This record gives sequence, structure tokens and C-alpha cells, in this order.
Amino acid sequence: MSLLTTNYLTPTGREEAWRFTPLKRLRGLHDGQAVTGDRTTLNSLGTLASGVTFLREHLEPIAASDDVIVNRIRNLSPDVAHLSIAANTHVDKAIFLGRSAGALDSAEYSRVRISLGVHSVATVVLENTGDTVLAEDLEIYLATGASLKFISLQEFDSQSVYAARHHAVIDKDAEFKSITVTVGGDVVRILPTVEFIAPGGSVELLGVYFATTGQFFEHRMHIDHAVPKAKSRVNFKGALAGRDAHTVWIGDVLIRAVAEGTDTYELNRNLLLSDGARADSVPNLEIETGEIVGAGHASTTGRFDDEQLFYLMSRGITLDNARRLVVRGFFNEIVSEIGIDDIQNRIMSRIDSELERAGA
Amino acid sequence: MSTLEIRNLYVSVNTENGSVDILKGVDLTIKSGETHAIMGPNGSGKSTLAYSIAGHPKYTIVGGSVILDGADVLAMSVDERAKAGLFLAMQYPVEVPGVSVSNFLRTAATALRGEAPKLRTWVGEVKAAMEALNMDPIFASRNVNEGFSGGEKKRHEIMQLELLRPKIAILDETDSGLDVDALRIVSEGVNRAKESNNLGVVLITHYTRILKYIRPDFVHVFANGRIVEEGGADLADKLEAHGYADYVSK
Repeated sequence: MSLLTTNYLTPTGREEAWRFTPLKRLRGLHDGQAVTGDRTTLNSLGTLASGVTFLREHLEPIAASDDVIVNRIRNLSPDVAHLSIAANTHVDKAIFLGRSAGALDSAEYSRVRISLGVHSVATVVLENTGDTVLAEDLEIYLATGASLKFISLQEFDSQSVYAARHHAVIDKDAEFKSITVTVGGDVVRILPTVEFIAPGGSVELLGVYFATTGQFFEHRMHIDHAVPKAKSRVNFKGALAGRDAHTVWIGDVLIRAVAEGTDTYELNRNLLLSDGARADSVPNLEIETGEIVGAGHASTTGRFDDEQLFYLMSRGITLDNARRLVVRGFFNEIVSEIGIDDIQNRIMSRIDSELERAGA
Repeated sequence: MSTLEIRNLYVSVNTENGSVDILKGVDLTIKSGETHAIMGPNGSGKSTLAYSIAGHPKYTIVGGSVILDGADVLAMSVDERAKAGLFLAMQYPVEVPGVSVSNFLRTAATALRGEAPKLRTWVGEVKAAMEALNMDPIFASRNVNEGFSGGEKKRHEIMQLELLRPKIAILDETDSGLDVDALRIVSEGVNRAKESNNLGVVLITHYTRILKYIRPDFVHVFANGRIVEEGGADLADKLEAHGYADYVSK
């Protein structure tokens, strides 16, 4: 194919993969104009349990990418921050990865690897904070029977640009559950992608995003059912408030001819809380075999349900509190899946304050 | 002692084909402790009366007044009406995804009582209210009205009636879709609320069967957007025997 030529061409915005993204606001990550900063900001927080290591190493990428930014990262950074969980290790407590200070006048090109050995079990939380320009190539490998819950929190400050691919490679019978939360930053573009390399794997990609005035958040999924008997579920929920808040959700699911017994369903719901905001939602299901368990998608975008607000207010709850309850309820389905109270409460209060700030 | 006075109420609703007049001069006075049954055929405007008093945005008040203890109800927002002491048990209670019954009830009780109920007594209060209505404790953790059966929705409405302690309650076809046992349980809940809070009740219904459990002091026949006949409990028996035909043709 055209891997060698087009992957390095500067996107113009006419390409399918870039047609929604405000290229001018990417601070030169897409066209190579960004000054390369000399920093590696990813750290592991707290003491690592036995069987867990976090090291900087030279590693070859696991999977090819057709994304120009991912390929630029790979050219610029041979070093990979590698979180590794040894085979048969069950890590009880969540492993936290956090950021030291970034910068806006230069870009960080970051490569990250999270690998789980056979039959290992872990929860990993990636906390993205501060103001920064960050391009990230994050690869996850789950060996046979491994199970990972991966929580990525985009709680950036208001000027940040984050362009990343979070790519998971799923081996036999492995289970991957990711929860992507995007509530901060100027431009956030994440490609949560999944590749099944052996049968029996199961993934659940969950996400919430809340964009207010001027923010652009894009989540562009791709799930490649390249083997039989794998299962995937996608459920992303977003809210938008304020002028020029813009979100994009793309759900590409490919069921290849060999992928008999595939079971997939993807869902995206958006709540428009004010005028002047725009939510793009594009599910894409490509099916090359009919021998599947199920394949479906749904996408809805709507406003506050007046009947819900009326019901709550008829019980004495003020309009503001009724809206807050409805928005919290809307996000609760996903946020409650995080399973870590501190984070759930933090995200919910962030959502409350975004809502208040937007005056929606 | 509270009094809700509805005077010469005219209400219209906006449809695709323009504004349609539904209520055409309703007069009704409800006092604490009284039970008024409003009966009438489908489409006569009974539910419109209920929703207009509660302040549903779909309805436009064209004329008349609704006064609760001297205060102008029509000038109040929906939540203010509830705080003033009005309650509407809905015919079709609305689902609120992601909001648990217990969170919803506590938020509502906090709003209506002006402060958060003390956790210890509140938990007991909710538990007792649920037991009295034969509801499974798991109910409290479910999302508001989501996946509830018709009967569960009505019990949940009456549970709110008991917990939120309004002065005047309008029950919009609370009996519809209930089997005999559920009807009895729900009616007992209404009677408890009447006794403990001296509640005034407006009971909107098609059928007389709920009136066997909740005895009305007054029966009003509603047709074509207004009250066309009034009487005591015996009027319900007459309606049971003769139907609404006499009133509809008028």
C-alpha cells in the first residue's frame, strides 16, 4: 500500500483522518514545525509492586501506524517509557503514571509501552495534567490471558495540545478495558485503536468527554477484528457547552473475512448543552464475513430532555441542580466503571465546574 | 390548613396545527384533608389540569388563576410550586438515567426541607416508606424509573408522596395499569399520607375502582375542558352505571 509515501506527508485537512481536526491549533505537531523539547515527563507514582517495572528502554514498535504524528514520534524518539507487568502477576492496587511539568513553547514526543505478561492482571491509570504540547505513541500489549484496565485521564490545563495514539494489541483470551476521560486541554486528539492477534480476546473501550467554549476533543477509534471469536464493545459519552465547543467521535470497526464469530457493538451519545457547540459522530462498521455473533452501532446527539428536567423540578429541585443531576447521571454510567472513588469524585466535580463555567 | 383555589382556568397547548384550547374555565377549591375525585372521558383535559398546576412548559395559561394559601402558583417556577406544597403523581413518570432513586429522593428532600435530612434518620425513613409499599430494598439503588414496571413506577410516585409531605397532591391516573394488589397497596399509601399530613388530594381517574380504597368527599365530572357536574361519593356510582355519555353529548 501507500505506507511509505503518504504516512509522512503533511496533512492538509482534506484527508479522512484529519478532516475534523483544526490543524492550525496543533502547534506544529502535524507538519513538523514544532520545536522539539528536551523532556520526558512520564513518571510512575508511588512504589511499584513486585513483578512491576518502569524503565526507559530502546524498543521497536509493536505495530505499524499510518498516522503522521505517530511516525514522527518514532523517528524522533528511540526511547520508550516501558511499564512492564511480569507473567502471572496480579497487581491489586492501581499503578499510577503521571506527568512532570510540560511546556507550551516546545513539543514532547513521547513513546510509552505497557506490557502485560501471560495471565497477569493490572489496573493502570495515566494522569495527563498541566499545560503542554505532547505527541504520544502509547502501545499496549496483552499476552495470552492477561487482563488490563487502563484509565487515561486528560485533565490538561486550557492551552494544552495532546495528539496521541493509544494502541492495544490483544493476544489470545486477553481482556482489555479502557476508560478514556477527556475534560481538559485546547486540542486533544486520541486514537484509541485495537488489534486482535489471536482468538478469544475481549475489549471494552469506554469514554467520556466534556468540551466547553473553544475546546476541540477528538476520539477516533479503530478496532481491527483480524482473528475469529473476539469481542469488542465501545461506549463513549460526551457533553458540549459554549461557543465553538467541538467534539468528534469516529468509531471504525473492521470485521475481516477470517474474523468469524466476532461480536461487536459501538455506541456514542452526545449531549448538547448550549447553542454554538458541535458534535460530530461517525460510526463505521465494515463487515467482510456474515458468520458473526453480532455487529451493531448507535449514535445519538440531543439536548436536555425537558421531561426529565420537569420531573426533577416538580420534586422541588432547582433548574440548575436538575441540570447537574441529569449531566452527572448521563456520565455516571461510564465514570462509575473507573472503580476508584477519588478519581470518580474528582471527574464528577470537574464536570460540575465545567457546567457551571459554561453557564449551561 | 391549606387551600388550593383554581378559578376560571383557561389553558391551551401548542401543536403542529397551532394552539388548541384544552381547559375552558375550570373552577375547583381543594382544602387540606379533602379528597376530590375528578372523573371524565379520555381527552377531556384532566391531565392538562394536573400538568398546568404543576407548571409543565408545554401548556400555556390563557386565563384564570391558581392560588395556594394566598400565593400565586402560576407565577412560580416548577420547583417553587413543589416548595409551596404541591405534588403531582404522574401518569407516566420519567426515566432519569444514571441517577439512583436514593440520590434523587435525598436531593428532592433536601430541596423541599431546606436542609439535607440527617443521614441516619433519612435511611430509616426511606426504608420504612419502601417497606410500607412492598418495595424491594434494591429499588433504592436503581436509576429513577429506568426499567421500572408500570406498577413500580406508581409505587415510586406514592413513596415520594409519603416522603416529601406535600400539602396538596394531584394524582394523575395513579390507578391505571395496576393489578388489584398493587392498587390496594398504593391506595393505602395515599391514605397514610392523608392521615399523617392532613393531605388534600385530587384524584384523577377514569374508573371508580380506586374510589373503593380512597373514599372521595367530592366527585367532579370533567368534560370538554371544564367541570360539568359535582356531587358526593354517590355520583361515582351513578357514573359507573351510566358512563359519561350524558356529559359528552352536552
